[in-house]
Amino acid sequence: MALTQLSIKDTILELTDDGPRLIGMRCKDCDNHVFPYQEGCNRCTGTNVEKIRLGTKGKLWAWTVQGFPPKAPPYLGEASPEKFQPYGVGYVEIDGQLKVEARLTESDPEKLQVGMPMELTTVVLCEEDDRDLVTYAFEPCA
Amino acid sequence: MTRIAIVGIGIHPFGRTEGVSGQDQGSYAVRAACKDAGVEWGDIEFAYGGSMAAGAADTMVSKLGLTGLQFINVANGCATGGSALLSAYSTIKSGAYDLGIAIGFDKHERGAFRVKTASTGRDWYGGTGLALTTQFFGMKINRYMSEYGISQRTLARVSAKAFRNAELNENAWRRKPLSEEEILHSAMLSYPLTQYMFCSPGEGGVALILARADQAHKYTDKPIFLDAAVVKSRRFGSFEVLAPSLALDWSAGPTVDTSKKAFELAGIGPEDVDVAQLQDTESGAEIMHMAENGFCEHGEQEFMLEKGETEIGGRLPVNTDGGCLANGEPVGASGLRQVYEIVHQLRGDAGTRQVPNNPKVGYTHVYGSPGISGVNILSR
Ligand SMILES: [Zn+2]
Repeated sequence: MALTQLSIKDTILELTDDGPRLIGMRCKDCDNHVFPYQEGCNRCTGTNVEKIRLGTKGKLWAWTVQGFPPKAPPYLGEASPEKFQPYGVGYVEIDGQLKVEARLTESDPEKLQVGMPMELTTVVLCEEDDRDLVTYAFEPCA
Repeated sequence: MTRIAIVGIGIHPFGRTEGVSGQDQGSYAVRAACKDAGVEWGDIEFAYGGSMAAGAADTMVSKLGLTGLQFINVANGCATGGSALLSAYSTIKSGAYDLGIAIGFDKHERGAFRVKTASTGRDWYGGTGLALTTQFFGMKINRYMSEYGISQRTLARVSAKAFRNAELNENAWRRKPLSEEEILHSAMLSYPLTQYMFCSPGEGGVALILARADQAHKYTDKPIFLDAAVVKSRRFGSFEVLAPSLALDWSAGPTVDTSKKAFELAGIGPEDVDVAQLQDTESGAEIMHMAENGFCEHGEQEFMLEKGETEIGGRLPVNTDGGCLANGEPVGASGLRQVYEIVHQLRGDAGTRQVPNNPKVGYTHVYGSPGISGVNILSR
């Protein structure tokens, strides 16, 4: 049976009944978006900002593949050289909002391409207190 | 207007020196710089110094001598060395002092930089498997290559040049030449960049002694003038290292702004530069920075590298000492190493790696975390 999921940080990533959502900032004065949420706008320098759930679909803007295990800490996933599996990393452009940096579920350079449609999902990093600790990622979609 | 001259330079070899602290590598460089300028530590009126991972610079006075000088620690990410130099430059320009020193050193653990982003609570950014500077460089050059038609062969050419130049530099770390094939077929670290296309965090120290230009003759026959020293942070909309999100807007990164400002201050243009040291955290960075600093149009690098234009004997020699790729990147010392090399090139005493074009103007550039750039323009 699948374990219950635990968000890596619930002020960043909300696990809702309708799927994962990233929490960001929207400036009510200039419509600038920033992830994660912060209390000031880095475009207009104002503070009239709100917390919003960011869009979940976008297009791949830039990408690479993480080919070696990151140092742990801080990495919470599988970091042993024997078991590590490369993963994609990219920026996904969410229409009218911003570009979010995220892991990608696809790690084959042949299958990654700037402009391809992507959708927000989660990946499991490790087990914690009998739950799956998850973080956000984007996966290719139709 | 007061001109500023570099009148003494010192370096501790880069690489790995077991048993010698980063700070002691800094002190070693200070003593070498004093010897080069023919001054005593007690003659130095002020110092700016810094490291990222090897402790506070100012405590080195306990070994160098407690002379009571003004010593200010500098911490400014990858522009730490550049900021120390800029501070020393500005201090002399202000008229406060006539003779000072800029010091940079570092000693990092092995492997990629470990970036800790959380001061409280869970480090979700690093925890997720992001927060690696290598990822940014992979993404940026990957996008750039498809946009401007740069091939992976060109990335390998940059690395091969670095190791070839380093073979001629006794202070460099990685001095064994590697073929383009070896570079292309080494482990893929962050697509499209392989192991030998990346520099490694390392160790080293550099010190530069600065004086008012009208007093420079007291210390050296070959003063090298610092005509511009500029450090700038990023503007809204630029594509930076360690950014969990980016704006939809686009603006050029800090390198472009810093370079423009430096050329303006020096009153010259990129076409006047005879030898350049450009941030080459990985081989793609050197390629992109050639254009961002105004030395070519985007995409021209493919041809320039193929023709060897950035080799020691080329039209615009770049990273003549092996750059970060062959010297490693002790963050606090890295920017000052570039200036150290340019001073040798402009003095004409760079030995077997001396560029043959009788250089009069040199250029140095750093870029790094958290979206900061530093440029210096030097002349003789
Ligand atoms: Zn705003």
